[in-house]
Order: sequence, then structure tokens, then C-alpha cells
Amino acid sequence: MILENILIYFVIIPLLMLAGLALCRNMNQIRTVMTVLSTILLGLSVYLCVDFLALRAAGNTDPMLYMASWDWYTPLNIKLALGVDGISVLMIMLSAIIVFAGTFASWKIDPLPKNFFLWFALLSMGVFGFFISIDMFTMFMFYEVALIPMYLLIGVWGTGRKEYSAMKLTLMLMGGSAFLMLGLLGIYWHSAPEGAPLTWNILEIAQNGAIDRSWQMYLFPLTFVGFGVLGAMFPFHTWSPDGHACAPTAVSMLHAGVLMKLGGYGCFRISIFLLPEAANELAWVFIILTGISVVYGAFSACVQTDLKYINAYSSVSHCGMVLFAILMLNTTAMTGAILQMLSHGLMTALFFALIGMIYGRTHTRDIREMGGLMKIMPYLGVCYMIAGFASLGLPGLSGFVAEMTIFFGSFQHTDLFHRAFVIAGTSAIVVTAVYILRVVGKILLGPVQDEHHLQLTDATWYERFSTITLIVCIAGIGCFPNWINETIQQSFAPIIRVIEQAAI
Amino acid sequence: MDYSQFLTMGSELMLLVVFLIVFLFDTFGGAKAREYTSPLALICFSVMTVAMWLLPTNGGEAFSGMYYTSGIITVIKTILNLGVILVILQSVKWIDSEEAKIRRGEFYELMMVTLFGMYFMISARHFLLFIIGLECASLPLAAMVAFNKNQYESHEAAVKYIFTAVFSSAILLLGLSFVYALSGTGSLYFSDLATQVASGENSMLLVLAIAFVIAGFGFKLSLVPFHLWTADTYQGAPTSVTAYLSVISKGSASFAFLVVLAQVFGAAYSQVWEWMLYGLIIITITIGNLFAIRQKNMKRFMAFSSVSQAGYIMLGIISANVIGMTSMVFYILVYIFSNLGAFAVISAIENKTGKIGMDDYNGLHKTNPWLSFAMTLAMFSLAGIPPFAGFFSKILIFNGALESGSVALYVLVLIALINTIISLYYYLLVVKAMWISPEEPVVGEFRSSCYERLGMWLCIAGIVGLGIVSWFYTYIYDASMLDATTFFANLI
Repeated sequence: MILENILIYFVIIPLLMLAGLALCRNMNQIRTVMTVLSTILLGLSVYLCVDFLALRAAGNTDPMLYMASWDWYTPLNIKLALGVDGISVLMIMLSAIIVFAGTFASWKIDPLPKNFFLWFALLSMGVFGFFISIDMFTMFMFYEVALIPMYLLIGVWGTGRKEYSAMKLTLMLMGGSAFLMLGLLGIYWHSAPEGAPLTWNILEIAQNGAIDRSWQMYLFPLTFVGFGVLGAMFPFHTWSPDGHACAPTAVSMLHAGVLMKLGGYGCFRISIFLLPEAANELAWVFIILTGISVVYGAFSACVQTDLKYINAYSSVSHCGMVLFAILMLNTTAMTGAILQMLSHGLMTALFFALIGMIYGRTHTRDIREMGGLMKIMPYLGVCYMIAGFASLGLPGLSGFVAEMTIFFGSFQHTDLFHRAFVIAGTSAIVVTAVYILRVVGKILLGPVQDEHHLQLTDATWYERFSTITLIVCIAGIGCFPNWINETIQQSFAPIIRVIEQAAI
Repeated sequence: MDYSQFLTMGSELMLLVVFLIVFLFDTFGGAKAREYTSPLALICFSVMTVAMWLLPTNGGEAFSGMYYTSGIITVIKTILNLGVILVILQSVKWIDSEEAKIRRGEFYELMMVTLFGMYFMISARHFLLFIIGLECASLPLAAMVAFNKNQYESHEAAVKYIFTAVFSSAILLLGLSFVYALSGTGSLYFSDLATQVASGENSMLLVLAIAFVIAGFGFKLSLVPFHLWTADTYQGAPTSVTAYLSVISKGSASFAFLVVLAQVFGAAYSQVWEWMLYGLIIITITIGNLFAIRQKNMKRFMAFSSVSQAGYIMLGIISANVIGMTSMVFYILVYIFSNLGAFAVISAIENKTGKIGMDDYNGLHKTNPWLSFAMTLAMFSLAGIPPFAGFFSKILIFNGALESGSVALYVLVLIALINTIISLYYYLLVVKAMWISPEEPVVGEFRSSCYERLGMWLCIAGIVGLGIVSWFYTYIYDASMLDATTFFANLI
């Protein structure tokens, strides 16, 4: 029976969402379907997390839990193979939270609400499918399923230069996945020693360890660049500001919150786990590139005047930090990378949700035309400040935990090269404080710039609902990071083992 | 003579029966009865397709090896049949129009004759039979291209097509005459020639012969630089004929190309034709894509898109292994459904409004959401976006090309992959026109005929189902595994 495994529901429920939406006739039905099913997804992800921790506590030390596998393309040994470790569980939870919040953030989407949610559901199916797969083929398939709805979501429902941005985003991401596809096919053809059956299963490939050094040196850049494009790695980050700025609120949330995490997740799950020798050898190249992302993103955010552009560049900086930390190849820094993914996902989603709400009222995103909003809409103002503080790493919120761990881990490398880049990366935190406080000062404090703004109202119930969900999670990670830390560290053990073996 | 060997040619005989039914009905039926030619042709042909697929295939030879059939050959013939059914569904509306309806029967007869030729082209294992099949497949097509006899463009297209067809046959024959000269035995059997190619050293004459054969096929398949006729012919021909040209004609020629290259010239693979094909694939995919970007007429657009798709199909030949062959047949199957899905929408709109420009698709979703939906799926599938079938056919055909593990083929696949990004751009232009463009819709609201809708739904079902249901690929793989030795025995 196919439904015995809990993980498969994460694909089935979005499919039900698609089917349900296809039958909907009016806005209320659409909202009902989306609310019910995204709540079920959220509940299921919480259940998965609790159950996972219980299993771990009971002493189950398998690298992946809830393993299941169904044959698909038998001639090529392609399987629908599922399994999760602690990292994927957290990523699934993050996605479920953001899908849930995104549903409420697009409560009044217009025009074509049905089509919007259809693509939205397809996107979430891709995201969940990606995180639960341990078969490279299905993983890649779900990865692309998650990318393409972006084109229409931005193109149809976006604002500003939406056609240009949508096309740029789609082509750049698909360009990345072209390199990725070649990398994955290359891994497949070298996945087993001579004579043994080839496999797409990540765990089996890692166990076989049959990819020889010279091939790893070709395949590592292909896969890392492929995923790195989605992780907004310099110089492939240019889709991100335009894409985020033009996307509708819920799509920005989902994209910055979850989709960019696919890049980071793929980097360590495939590039580093399967090609450890090349990872040790070539990490320096990508440390330089991601180091540039971190610093450059932060400085670029300082000079922007559009709220969404500021956030998009800040995302480049923060996501660069994720990849930067992954490349440090030690447990502490990589744990920090995952924490940063979670923290950045929640915080950026909150940011974009708030920007959407502010824009919906003031009809401008230019910080020069706004001021004193704290007096007019105190609820949104306070939320914006919380998001900002999380972003600049205030203790007690998630950003602090993540960045501390990352720099702690990175500083374990004693050579000059690593030290120099870590110091440069740390300086980006200061710059983050500059641009966050600049925005807060301009738009929330000071005199009211436009007297029309005085008539504006504060958040409605569904807006409060979606922001509170996110803030609770951000504060949750910030105050109680320990259980997450342990879950992540446990999951990194097999990856670190592989890296250390390769280094010898 | 043993007449039972005719039974080996079951598929050809069945097609002949269907042809005769349609022909006799059209000739002797009254004016009233002829209204029903289309449903009759459709039903007979569908029954035949099902029969061909279900009946046990007596693989084997006939006429001392001139004719050969096997599981995979029946599979490719069945796939072509599926395409023909879809083309018939699209063309009913057009062929029943005032202008064309008196020649209704002829259209179906010509179509079946060309299909008959394609069957022989695929099954031939002797160059004489092969050439007969090839001519039988191309010459009646010219009459189909000229079918709109009151339209100047249709004539122009037909003239261009017939000159190219004859010219390419001549080049092919020249190549074959070189091969004949090489063989020295006076035999034109594939197997005899293959032995000859394998035993002799690779003389200049052999290289020249292979170059001419590849060029001859290049015209049929519209590979760059032999593609110049494609856009004009596709544009001028009636849309249903364009659809037929772009999938059925191309699909059968690709398979025949594989048969000739692998079975006759297999021994010269790594030394001669791998590199010729290598270069051809790169320029075909790239130039086809770059030219498609600028097209504003949907039929020209599809013409260049099909040029580049032919390049991808060639990847299945250059890989020269079972996975490559399987993936190629699967690619053709998926390509038939995706391309005909696009043509179903194009012809439905053209039949109703006569509009064919890409700008006419602006805002189509407001008036015809279902047509936009079908077209979007077709474009995504052609561009290779999951979960649609095109993604699977693309990744599987790339996968086959990498088996040998040579770095050169990795580079080739990388170039092909980068080209998929270019193709994604222009396929998205159509999606953009339909969904994003702010202009007022040009095409008014209308309801397509029931045949058109059936065709579209079949295409949508294929686009969604062919990849997700792995049964199709596995079925083709099992069939080609059985025949692997005959195909790739000579390969070096």
C-alpha cells in the first residue's frame, strides 16, 4: 500500500490541493481548500518533527528515517526513494510554515485567483518533493517543478518590470539547472564500481564511493554552480533582486523563504556528500565567490531605495552566508548554515509579507516617500522592527544564533585565507545593521511624509495571523536553539565522516 | 515461393486494407455517404493501430532478408500511427471546409500512402526496398503540401518541398552508389554492405559515401545546414500537413537514419560518422534555436523549433546504444504528443479565425482558457519542464548519450543543455503572449469542434501521462533489448 509512508503525503496533499482547486468555482471555495490543506500540511510537518525526534531519542541512529522506495524507471534503476534526516525534517517544517503563511498573505489575490493558487500548489509540491527525495532523479525533477511556476506567478501577478524579471529569473535558474543536470547524470554514470548496477540513490552512491578523483573535479563545479545559482551565489545572483522586487507578496515569501534554500540544501546533500574529494580541493574557489556575495549583497542593500530591493540584496548576502558556511566543511559551521537557512527563511518571509502589507496601503515601496508609519500602523511597524532585528542578529532572535554559529565554526580554520574571508564576512553584519536601521529610521520613525498616509488602517485579522505565526517561530529558534542544533549536528555526522575520509 | 512470408508484413498489409476501404468508399460512395469519410478513416485507422499493437508480432525476415521486422520496429510503427490519429483529429475541421471537402478522400489516401512508404523505409534491409519506401514517403507529401490549391503559398511550399525531396534523394542515391562501388559484390543488402564496411579500411570513398548519406537524411530531417526549405514549406502548407511533416515524417526518418547508420555503417562509427553527427547536432540545435527566437508566425516558429528538436533526436543516434535507441523512440513518442498538442491549438485557432501570428495569441486566456492551458502544457513539454513528458524524454536521451563516458559527449550534452535554455526562452514567449501580455485579446471566444477537442485532450493526456507513467519507457526498452544485437552488432 502506497500510503503507509508518512512522507509521501507531502506530495499527495499538494496534489489534492491541485485537484481541489481545479474544482473550485469561487473565491470562498479556493480559500477553504487552501486553508484546510495548508493547515493539514503544517500539522503533518509538526507531527513528522515530533515523531522524528522521538525515534531519535529512542536510539534510532540510521542516517535516514522513514525510508521507502518504489520502482519507477526500472531499466535505469530510477526509483521514487524517500527518506529524511533531521535537516530535511526542519526544511519541511519551514516550507509548511511558509506555505501556510503565504496562503494568508495572498488572501485577496487578484486577478485569476484560481490559477494563482494552482501554480502556488505546484510550487509547494516541488519544494516538499525535493526535501523528501533521496533519489537524485526525483530530487532533480521536483527541483525543476518548483522553479517553473515562478515564471507565471511573477509574470502574471507581479508588479513593475514583471515580464523582464520573470524571464530573467526563469532563464537564469534553468541555466543553473542545465549544469546541474549534467552533473547529476555524470554522477549516475560513475555511481557504482565497474560491473555493479548503477544507482541514483544518494546513500548508495555515498556508500559506494566509486567516483574517482578526476571525475569529481569535473562534476563538483557543475553541481555546485547549478545549486549555487538558486542560492544566489555571486556572480549568478542577478535574478534575485529583480525577481523578488517584481513578485507578488506570497511568491516573494515562498521564493526567498524556501526556494533559495533548495540551493543550499542541494549543495551539501549532493555536491559535498557525493563528491567530497573535489569539495576539499575546490572549496576555496567557491569560498571566494560566496564571500563576495556576502559583502557585496550587504553593501548593495545600503544604497537601494525600494523596500523590496533592499530585502532582495539582503537575501543575497544572507544566502551567500549559507553557502559560505557549508564550504567550511566542519560540523559547527554547517550547523550554522542550516540555522541560517531556517532563520533567513522565516525572517525574509516575514519581511516580504510586511512589505506587501505596507505597499497594499501606501501604494509605494520607495523609502523616500514614506515616514512616521509607526504612528499610523503600530502593529505593522513593530513587526517590521522585529524582522529587522532578526536580520541584523539581535540576540534572542534567530539571526543571532545562526550567525554566531557560522562564524564560530568558520574561525576553526586557522589558515590566513579562511581567516581573511571570515573577517570580511563578519564585517557584513555591521553593514546589515546600517541598512536595516536606515530603513527603520526612514519609514517608521520621523515625520509623516505624505498626509494621505494618515488615513491608513492597521493590519487585518488574516495579516496579523500570518505575521504572528512567523514571529513566534523566529523567536522560538532564537530562544531555544538547542534542540534544533542537536538535530542538525546528528544529521551532519555521515557527511562530515565522508569529508574527513576524503581529506586523508 | 512461400506466400506465408507475406504474413510477416502484417502491419503493412493492415494499412493496405485500411487504405483500400477508404479508397473504395471514397470512390464509390455517394455524395451523402462521403460526409462520413473522416469518421470512417479515423475508426478504421484506430482499429488497425490497436490491432497492430495487440496482435503478436511475428518478428523476422521476408523475401530473403529484404524486409525485417521486430518488436521495436512494431513499436515505432505504432507510435507513428498514434501521431497519424492525432493529425486526423486535427484536420477533420479543415478538410470538411467548403474549399477542401470534395478532395476529402484524397487527403486520407495520400496520408496513408506516405505512411506506407515510411513503414517500408523503417523495415527495409535492402537499399532497393529502402529507396522505394523513401520515395513513397516523400513524393505524395508534396501533393499534401499543395492541398490548398487556391492558395499561392501552398503551391510555393509544395514546389520547395518537392525540389528538396528529389534533391536529397539524389544525394542519398549518390552516396549509396559509392557504397555499392565499395562493396564490389553487387549486393545491396544491409548485412553484406556492413561486412564490407567492417572488413575494408576506411577509404576516402567510404567517408564520402557516409557524408552523402548523412546529407541526404539531413534534408529529410531538416538538420542544419540542410534545413533551408523547412520554414517556408511549414508556413505555406495547410496546418494539418505541417503537423504531419513535423512529427510523423521526422520521426520515421530519424528511426530509418539510426537503422542505416548502425546496421550498415556501424563499423565506421567512431572513426567517421560520430564526428560528422557531432558537428551536425551542435549546429542544428543552436541555429534552430537562434532562428526560432525571432519568428512571429506560429508555423515558422514551430518549424525552427522542430529543427532544433531534430538535433535532440540525433543525440539518441550518436549514443549508439540500447539506452540511446530506447530514449530516441521515447523522445519521438513524446515529441509527437507535445508538438501535435501545439499544432492542435494552432489549427483550431486558424480554422476559426484564420489568425496565425504570435501576436494574435495576446490575452488568449481571457477568451479561451482551455486552449491557452493546452498550449501552455505543450510549450512546457517541448521545453522540457517537469512534470510533463518532455522533461523525461530530454533527460533520458541525454542520459543515453553519456554512457560511453567520453568527455566529448559530455561537452555535446552540455551544449545541448545550454540550448534548452534558449529554447525555453522562445517557448515562454508564447506563454507570455497568452497569459501575461496586457493587450486586449485578438481571438474571440469560440468552441472548437468535438474532433479538435478530443485531439487536444489526448495530447494533454499524453503530455501529462507519458513521463509520469514509466510503463511506456520500460515497454520500449524491453522491445529494444530483444533487438539490441541486430542493431549494434557491427558497432565499433
